[in-house]
Amino acid sequence: MAKKIEVRITSDPQMLSVLRAAITQVGQLAGFAPMEISKIVLAVDEACSNIMRHAYKGKKNQPIIVTCKLKPTKLEIIMHDFGNSVDVEKIRSRKLNDLRPGGLGVHIMKSIMDRVIFKNGTDEGNFLIMQKALPKRQ
Amino acid sequence: MSLNIKVQTKDQYVLLDIEGDVDLYSSPDVREALLKLTKKKTPTILVNLEKVPYMDSSGVATLIEGLQQCNKYKGKFGLVSLRDNVREVFELTRLDKIFEIHRDVNEALANGSI
Repeated sequence: MAKKIEVRITSDPQMLSVLRAAITQVGQLAGFAPMEISKIVLAVDEACSNIMRHAYKGKKNQPIIVTCKLKPTKLEIIMHDFGNSVDVEKIRSRKLNDLRPGGLGVHIMKSIMDRVIFKNGTDEGNFLIMQKALPKRQ
Repeated sequence: MSLNIKVQTKDQYVLLDIEGDVDLYSSPDVREALLKLTKKKTPTILVNLEKVPYMDSSGVATLIEGLQQCNKYKGKFGLVSLRDNVREVFELTRLDKIFEIHRDVNEALANGSI
């Protein structure tokens, strides 16, 4: 049976450090190496920052639910918000040679995680599902 | 975690010392400090990231803006003393090829690019 950890924060950027601390613990529980953990933390931070900036447009008191499922072969992290449905086409990662501030978050998420799935505008809100295979046991 | 930013003016450069996580919450403070320097057309800016244990894309975006402002007046802009996980963010976004990144201030000065 999958282990499940749920973290609920408000959409205040000050909460990002709290979320990072929680995801670090989840990464350790999953058995990832320290550098892999810091990358997974970065992917989740980027996803959460996008929700704060784009779905909630900077409002600080909106809910964000982060559910981590530790399955037999993979870690699955589900980001859930109730903000504006962001057009997935518009949040596709930009070309890296287009040197301008912003637009790097989706590229970072996709580079780090094995699968990144957007399910936006559902009756229950927006979902972002990220999966990464667990490290092989020695 | 709060961010500490110190500006040290040296003979050949201005060192922007940042201490703390640079993320969506704190990157506006870095932006403000950098833009103060670029508005004054500071000829050489070195950003010391030795005490930055974490940086996300909002921090990277802020540094891109600083670099671009500096390029406008043909100033020099470099990053020094990146921790491995911070360097990883630049490598993931392939920005390690865009920025002048040095092991420390001495290397930046010895290299001649700064």
